Order: sequence, then structure tokens, then C-alpha cells
Amino acid sequence: MTTTAAPTDLPAVRTLERTARVSLVRRVLRSPVGAVSLVFLLLVVLAAVFAPLLAPQDPDFASARDVLAPPGGDHLLGTDGSGRDILSRLLYASRLSLSGAATAVGVAAAIGITAGLLAGYYGRWSESVASSVSSVFMALPAIVVLLAARTVLGPSPYTTMIVLGVLVSPAFYRVVSAAVAGVRQELYVDAARVSGLSDGRIIARHILTVVRAPAIILAAGMAGIAITLQAGLDFLGLGDPQRPSWGGMLSDAFAAIYREPLTLLWPSLAIGLTCIALVLLGSAVRDALERSGRPRRRRRRDAAPPAASLAESVVVHDEPTGARAEELLHVRDLAVGYDQPDGSTTEVVHGVELSVHRGEIHGLIGESGSGKTQTAFAVMRLLAAGGRIVRGSIEFEGADLATLSEKEMTRLRGRRIAYVPQEPMSNLDPVFTVGHQLTEPMRVALGLSRTAARTRALDLLARVGIPDPQRTFAAYPHQISGGMAQRVLIAGAVSCGPDLLIADEPTTALDVTVQAEVLDLLRDLQRESSMGVLLVTHNFGVVADLCDRVSVMRAGRIVETGPTRAVFATPRHEYTRSLFDAVLEDTAPRGPLVPTTQGAQA
Amino acid sequence: MTDRLLGVEDLVVEYPARGFGKKPFRALSGLSLDIRLGETVGLVGESGSGKTTLGRAVLGLAPVTGGSIRYAGRDISRLGRKERRALASDIQVVFQDPYTSLNPALTIEQILTEPLTVRKVARPEAARRVRDLLDQVHLPADAGSRLPREFSGGQRQRIAIARALALEPRLIVCDEPVSALDLSTQARVLDLFREVQDSTGVAYLFISHDLAVVRHLSHRVAVMYRGEIVESGDGDQVTSRPQHPYTQRLFLAAPLPDPDLQEQRRAERRRLARAAAAPSVS
Repeated sequence: MTTTAAPTDLPAVRTLERTARVSLVRRVLRSPVGAVSLVFLLLVVLAAVFAPLLAPQDPDFASARDVLAPPGGDHLLGTDGSGRDILSRLLYASRLSLSGAATAVGVAAAIGITAGLLAGYYGRWSESVASSVSSVFMALPAIVVLLAARTVLGPSPYTTMIVLGVLVSPAFYRVVSAAVAGVRQELYVDAARVSGLSDGRIIARHILTVVRAPAIILAAGMAGIAITLQAGLDFLGLGDPQRPSWGGMLSDAFAAIYREPLTLLWPSLAIGLTCIALVLLGSAVRDALERSGRPRRRRRRDAAPPAASLAESVVVHDEPTGARAEELLHVRDLAVGYDQPDGSTTEVVHGVELSVHRGEIHGLIGESGSGKTQTAFAVMRLLAAGGRIVRGSIEFEGADLATLSEKEMTRLRGRRIAYVPQEPMSNLDPVFTVGHQLTEPMRVALGLSRTAARTRALDLLARVGIPDPQRTFAAYPHQISGGMAQRVLIAGAVSCGPDLLIADEPTTALDVTVQAEVLDLLRDLQRESSMGVLLVTHNFGVVADLCDRVSVMRAGRIVETGPTRAVFATPRHEYTRSLFDAVLEDTAPRGPLVPTTQGAQA
Repeated sequence: MTDRLLGVEDLVVEYPARGFGKKPFRALSGLSLDIRLGETVGLVGESGSGKTTLGRAVLGLAPVTGGSIRYAGRDISRLGRKERRALASDIQVVFQDPYTSLNPALTIEQILTEPLTVRKVARPEAARRVRDLLDQVHLPADAGSRLPREFSGGQRQRIAIARALALEPRLIVCDEPVSALDLSTQARVLDLFREVQDSTGVAYLFISHDLAVVRHLSHRVAVMYRGEIVESGDGDQVTSRPQHPYTQRLFLAAPLPDPDLQEQRRAERRRLARAAAAPSVS
């Protein structure tokens, strides 16, 4: 190790994905639905703003001569039952509808977002108060309250919309407080607090950005509801009869439905299309936000070093003299690839060769992204979606696992090939007791009766060193510790007497004292049953403790392989040596602080 | 001691339990520790030992219910929000998880200027400072215009270190800063921590579960177990010749990367475990 670290952990990330900085508006415009709805809404807004200029006539001018005139001529959309020009009225009415909806949404957002931010950020009593109030509001029947408010406060459309805004504000509150409470736990918010940012600044910088998108989507839907509700009230004649409104026009047209049904069409179209555009815009925004996450994954796979440059020969250490036990697993030239959306395949493991003999623990060591877990999962044929074995063979007791059918594989997994995962807790179902999860596979795989499976499970739990098997058997996963959970999973893995055990970082999530006990357990079980074990790990200590043989992986290839003692004594590949150099266990301790260091006066 | 930077005395941290009448959870029970100027104090312990809580208490992120934390002679354990904010230029943090400790929506430059804006540093001055910081943690100068997700775990941790250094603090709380990193990356980031300390004289409270990491970086080491410090002292002594039974267990449980030495260590650990188990049985 040198102190002037030339950081080679800097892969050249030149092909930057700038999608995140392309503004949301542009991403929405790129989708046809988003573009059409946004343009339509813009036109409606413009029509409302410039209604006095656009309207061919005074909306309230009634001409007795032109009652229910058909479209065409002086009246582009015809006239209503009082002889007023429909187009002019429609244009003027859009002012009322839009400003009413804006009022409702504005009031709801102001109340809901503020309360949500405060409750989500500060929690505790502000949250309890805000939740109670919002629950009361949600329980109120909106239309009844609106009718009551109109009776008390008069028919002004704006008062009605303000009341509606207050009534629907809990929707904003719920969405925002949930989003904020989620971000509140992020470490970067803690880091901002430690940096000395005031609460207001933290909210503006780190929290509002998260809330923005769901708030836009919600506002779009809510505006649609406000327009419909307002039109409904006007249609019932509960609005202000002095001003043209879409609902009022609908009501007038309804009165003349037998004489001129066409007049019903125009206000209906205005209400319907505006609401549809609002809803579509909301979903276009949501789609645009979801799509932004996608390119990252692709880029990460591309970032893997080019295969050819590393295709050097594998360093193979000599076998110690003496016969090895029968070969259990032989992986030949295994390549694993993932199908990409564009039809190509990205290879992550390039031609791995390794063998596991009976009664032997083979360690597969490497850093993250080296392909060690992919190799292990390929042996079990449990690759993630899109992954497949591109070439090579996996011989296990005379069969080639690479070509077996899924049905034949299922018969092998659990019975002949068992698996111990890295995260014990996420591999136990929280809904079932430990006992149920242990006995179920035994009853299916070995055909044991309920009582026989239970006896065997209790024996196994005792065997893996669980102090009170009865209690653990009846416990749910959340009631046991991580170390206990890993013991339970090991008990489950060996319950059907497998020949090959695949352990993927089985102790990485555990404390070091628990790790030592679990390693002891794995060693003892392996000795007793003479299983073959393929152990995936990143820890040289674990390999030294447990493994008979070791293979070092890097960038999808094995670079060095041999008996553990030989590889550890004389690592020959440059990469293996660099890994050993990075090990800290054998470095000298730093020693006490010398009082006169140059920086001490700083 | 005149050069004492941080003094923790009889610190108690309790988290209120949910529901009435339940006893609060006591994460730290009467813990004392001090850090001198320019010193690295390593804090080792297993999960649930309270080591992260101690770090958060020093940062003002955990509720202190008893005892005191003195920074440069002044009690900082019960400061108001405003006074706490003023401490930002003295005490900083590097968190464990490099993936959630940087806001994914901000560029590196925005992340690094954040602490500077609080101090009302002018824009050109701040830009210059960001370039210096990136240089100090060995990141390319054009890194500023990129987003966190374009960097690997090790690089993100360098960015987090740069952010901590922005206000030139005298103490950085490092909460498991290398445990999410690969072996070779970990070594380089640890080297960076030492290099930064040598050039700035900053003190570290270095929290880790890994005895080897702590030993590599710490002048002094304290071992925590169930909310208390069970052993503390000179780094070499605590990590190579531990006295307390728990530290011994911790020491012997860490597997050595040498098959023969590890076999000896394993035998010794098992002997100790048997010795510990025997009296309790009889």
C-alpha cells in the first residue's frame, strides 16, 4: 500500500447519461400523450385568458331572433335557448372553470403540502394532529358540505372552490407526508443537518424535490375533479346564474334537449376533454419519472472491463500428492450472459472452469462484480430474469445441469444441491413460523409425515447449535436474531442430505463472533456428511478458515486456482497478490499519537 | 489534558419506547471517552453495541438523556438547533452507506457547495474550494458536474469525505466508512483518511466493526459492548493483546488470511469458549 494513492477505483465514465438533467417538461413532451394533452390544456388556458378578444359576441347578449340557431353563419356553434352565442359563452365560461379549479387545487396544495412537509419532517405531535384533522376531513361527505357552505356563504363559485380545496387537502397531505417521512430517514438529510443547513433550507433543497412529482400528478387529477364538481353544482342550478359556466350551459341545453340536442354537445366536450387531458397529463408525468431510472442499469453492465484484454492464462497451482475424492461437480468453460433490451447479450462470466470434489470446500473469492455469485447461481440454474448460460457445461453426477429441463432441475435443487444465502432474514418468510418453513420442504422432498418431519427439524435445530429448539421451531423469523436465522437456513439446507452445498457469502451479514460460530458449524456439518461445498466469499480470512481449495475471480474469469495453502503461501497472479496486499489483518498498528505532529496546531 | 478536543462523560442515550408506560430503550449507559487534537480514536463493536449511537450523539442526532459531551471545553450535548448549526464547521461526518448519503438528484458540485453556502461563501470562491476538495480526495476536476450515480462506491465515499472537509472541521465522525467497499477500494480509502489527517490535522472518531480496519488507522481504540466501553487504550495493546474477555473473543473470532495461523487462532478460540462455558455449567 502506498500513501500517494493513485485511485484506480475510477472507471472512465465518459459516456454520461444526462437524462436526469433533461427537464421534466421536455420528457413529458417527448411522449405523444403528454404532448397532446399539454398542448390542449395550454390552448384552453389561452382561450380563457383571451376570451374577450376571441369571443365573436357578448356572451350575455340575447337575440330573440336567433333562439336555438343551428351552427354556422354568425354563430359558429349556434345559439342557446335564449339566443346567446354558444362559442362566446363557452370561451367566457372556461375562465370560471379554470380559475375555480385553480383555486381549489391551490388551496388544497397550500394546506396539504405545508402540513405534509411539517408532519413528515418533524413527526411526533405535529404528525398526530395533522393526521387526525385530515382523517376528519376525509370522513366528511364533500357534496353535502359544499351544499351547506353555499347556503351559508352564498353562491359565489370561488367560496365553493375554496371549501372544496380545504376538503380535498388531506389527499395532498397524505402523499406529501409519506414521501417526506421516507426521505427523512436518508443519510443525506442527516449529512445536510450536520453541514449546518437550517430546516427550511433542507426542506427546500432535499425534500421538496422528492415531493414535486407526486404533487404534480395529484394536482392534475384534482383539477379534473374540481371542474366536474363545479359543473355539477352549476348544472343543478346552485352556481352563480349571472356568469356563464360550463355546468350552467349544460343545464340550459338540457332544458332544450328535444328541440336542439346538439347544444348539449359543446359544454360536454369542453368538460370531458379538459378532464381527460388533465388525467392523461398526470399519467404522462408519472411515466416520464419512472422512465428516468432505466438507463443506469444498462450503463453499469457496459462498464465491465473488456473481456479480451484480461483473457490471460489461469494460474493453476500443483495438486498435493495423494488421491482426491470422487469429483462431484465439474464446471467447464461456463459463460453467463444477460439479454439486453436491444437484443444483444452482455456476458458477465466468460469461460469459468472449476471442480468440487466430495468432502471438499471450494472457495470462490473475488470483489463485487467479479462474477462469483453469477457462477454459483448458474450452477443452481437460478439466474435473475434475462440471464442464461451462454455456453459451457456443468457436470453434476453424470448429468449436464446446463441442459437439464426446469423440471429435472427442480428435482435436484433442495435434495441433491442445497443453498445457503447471504441475507438470512430476507430468505425466511415472515408470515410462517420457522418450524413450518423447515418441515415443508422435508415433507415434499423426502415424503416425511408431519410428525417425522417435526422430529427431524428439532434434531437439526439442536444440531446447528440452537439453544432451545422447541422455542425456535415455534417462533416467527422476526423473533430470532440474524445469527440464529442463518443457523435455521443451514439446518434447512442440510435437511435433505444434499451432496453439494452452495453457500453465497453465508457470513457476510453476520457479526464477527457469530461468523466464527457459523463457520465452525459449516465445517463440522461438511465433515460429518462429506458434502462438497462451493463457498462464495470476498473474505480471505473465511477462505483460510474453511476452504481446501480456492479460485480467485476477476471480471468474470478465474485468474488463479489451487489448494488454499499453496495459493496463500505463494500467490502468483498479479491480481491475487494485489488483493493480499490490501488485506489489513497483518499490517502494523498505527501506534499512539505523537504530540508534535505538524497538523496538531491547525 | 490541555489538547483535549472532545470529552464524553457518563453519556446516557435513551430512545423513547412506543406506547405509554414502556421503559425507554437505553442505547448508551454511562459511557466516557475523549479525543485529542489530530488523533484517531477507533470505536469497535458488534451490531447493537451502541457505537453508531455514540457517533450520532456527538453529531447531535441522538437524544442525550444523561452525562455530557464537551467540545473544546464547552458542553454541546443539549444545544439548540441554531447553536448546533454553528458547530457544523467544527464537527463533520462520513457515513457508512455511500449510496444513500449523497442526494441522487444533485450534482457533485451542488453537494460540495452545500456546506459552503451556509457560511455565505461567494460563488467564485466556492467553485475554487470545490476544485481544491476534489483534488484533495483524488477525483478528477470535472467530477463536479456529474451525478452521484455515475460513481462507484469508493468514489462516492471520496465525495463524502470531500463534503466533510469543506468547512475545515477539527473532528470528523466516521461511521463505518469503508465497510460497504471492496477490499482493494477499502485500502485506498483508508489511505486517503490518513493522508487527509496528515495534511489537515483533523481528528477522527472512527467507528467500525472490523478490528483490522480500526487498528490500521487508530492511535487509540475503545471496544464497545452493550452500550458500554469494556476496554480502551493504546491501539496496539487493545488490538493485539486484548485484556477484556469480550475483546479477546472479538479478536480471536476475526479469521486470519493465513490457513496455518488461522488454524491456531481457531483452536485458541475454541479453548477459550470451552473455558468460558465450563464454570457456568458447574
